[in-house]
Amino acid sequence: MSIARTLAIALLGLDGQVVEVEANLTNQTPEISLIGLPDTSLRESQHRIQSAVHNSGAALPRRRLVINLTPAGIPKHGTGFDLAIAVVSMVTSNLISAEAIAETVHLGELGLDGRLRPIPGILPAVRAALHRGVKRVVVPIANADEASLVNGIEVVPASSLNEVLRMYGADLPVLEYEPVRLTQVHNVTPVVGDDLQDVIGNSDAIQGAIVAAAGGHNLLLIGPPGSGKSMIAQRFTELLPDLSPEQALEASCLLSVAGVGGVTELQYRPPLVAPHHSATPVAMIGGGSATIRPGAAVMASHGVLFLDEATEFSRIALDSLRQPLESGKVRIHRARESVEYPAQFQLVLATNPCPCGNYSARGSECTCPVSVRRRYLARLSGPLLDRVDLRIHTHRVTTAELNRHAEERGMSTTDAQQRICEARERAAQRLAGTGWQRNAEIAGNWLRGEARLAKKQTRILDQALEAGRITMRGYDRILRVSWTLADLAGLSAPGEREIGQAIYLRQAV
Amino acid sequence: MNRNRELGTQGEALAAQFLIGRGFALIAQNWRCASGEIDLIMHEGNELVFVEVKTRRSMAYGDPLEAVDAEKLARLHRLAAEWMREHHIRARYRIDVLGIILAAATEPQIEHIRGVGL
Repeated sequence: MSIARTLAIALLGLDGQVVEVEANLTNQTPEISLIGLPDTSLRESQHRIQSAVHNSGAALPRRRLVINLTPAGIPKHGTGFDLAIAVVSMVTSNLISAEAIAETVHLGELGLDGRLRPIPGILPAVRAALHRGVKRVVVPIANADEASLVNGIEVVPASSLNEVLRMYGADLPVLEYEPVRLTQVHNVTPVVGDDLQDVIGNSDAIQGAIVAAAGGHNLLLIGPPGSGKSMIAQRFTELLPDLSPEQALEASCLLSVAGVGGVTELQYRPPLVAPHHSATPVAMIGGGSATIRPGAAVMASHGVLFLDEATEFSRIALDSLRQPLESGKVRIHRARESVEYPAQFQLVLATNPCPCGNYSARGSECTCPVSVRRRYLARLSGPLLDRVDLRIHTHRVTTAELNRHAEERGMSTTDAQQRICEARERAAQRLAGTGWQRNAEIAGNWLRGEARLAKKQTRILDQALEAGRITMRGYDRILRVSWTLADLAGLSAPGEREIGQAIYLRQAV
Repeated sequence: MNRNRELGTQGEALAAQFLIGRGFALIAQNWRCASGEIDLIMHEGNELVFVEVKTRRSMAYGDPLEAVDAEKLARLHRLAAEWMREHHIRARYRIDVLGIILAAATEPQIEHIRGVGL
């Protein structure tokens, strides 16, 4: 009886756990038994491995092979364990030595011909291997670029099982294969051409977008069709500064897990995710029966989740966003496992004011009955709207605005970015040591405690609260926005003017 | 079928010879009853050995050893019990499987698994 061991990674969300792959040869007729909670695609690995080993010029032992994936209690998914199982089997047939593979993580799917095929989730898997103190990881050659994004661990790319076995000293004929390449690379090319300057009129909405970008506030745009809601929302992501290295790594890990294509470089630009309004709650936050895949809110992490025609989304889909908006995380529970994904996104909602779209539009008449109109915006539930700091009306362009736009352009994206960066820096300095980065994250009691403003400045707010026109939560939200306005204006604290403006920027609903 | 039968007989003869060469003693060959057949019945030391022989011309249709699956093994255990009842024998026994590749050009290759399933 000989037991051989090597390592692989089981991913649960973005979290990876090192799995020991053990092989034991028993005195029974040839067969491969795979134990340790494999799913269907993992269970099928034995057929791929039998064929791949044969086509690599090697042979499986002529006894029953028991492969155990420990810890046996956590569920394992997918085809990424193929290489580890194949390599460990080759120890039992005395082709390679047990010491050579014991401390190395092996990742990759095997084709029947013995070539190594790319798998999703390489980036988080390699990162997990590094965190667990693994020194070396063997990956399919198509995933080599992605694996190399993690520093501090030796990455060995290989194109076939034959190559891996020969690397470990197996006496096999050299077989040349055409290496499997990535079929699709997730490109991180920056969007060119959409400039904030293209937006005509709508100065409120432009200011709202700049404030939202500077302070990390959620934004709601209400306006008739053709008033530039989508135009502003699409330019919004460009206003945001580049991600920090940790954020970029997390965003890239999510792309890797989602399997939308290979990741070959870190994604430093904030992502924009715009799901269609027919999206289900599962599409929104994530789910699925076999592997738990990340949803739109998760993919928008560190970026923007843009819901166009927000009122057309189902109520459950919209309300499924409340948990991530509050905690910045999504937790999905299944009978056997529960997965946590990051979901720190900025929410941008756009909607018509009523079903016909013409309410409040100049020159056209709304045909909706009052009750229908009222119900329309009520589809955005109170708790959801409560988390949206900025609520702004957009308007259709007038000829006067068009003429003015021809003569003098508004603020360009580059200029706006500059202002936003400066404002963020000011906020970061002020918030140093608190753990908060942006104004939108600040807790209310801090605003009313340590960062308390003079009575004189908050007078209008206090009166509104007294009269019941705003809630306590609304009070805090207005304060947050006014701090962002102060940061943008270069002031040390918001004054009456900023508070007045903050109230104005949330009064559309 | 005839050719296969011929190959089987050839393999069984080879297996008997192979095992006798390793100190086994032959008790019976091709013992049949209503529920099946045991290829070789032998003893090694004080242990009874029921032997299943699988012969193929090449590995092209898979390892001959693979053909002895759990179901076949269960049948062998039933047959062993039946043989012992018929001969009023109570003894320790085990089941061995021999996989033989009988190719025309090369020497026969014999793979012997002792005590399958233990």
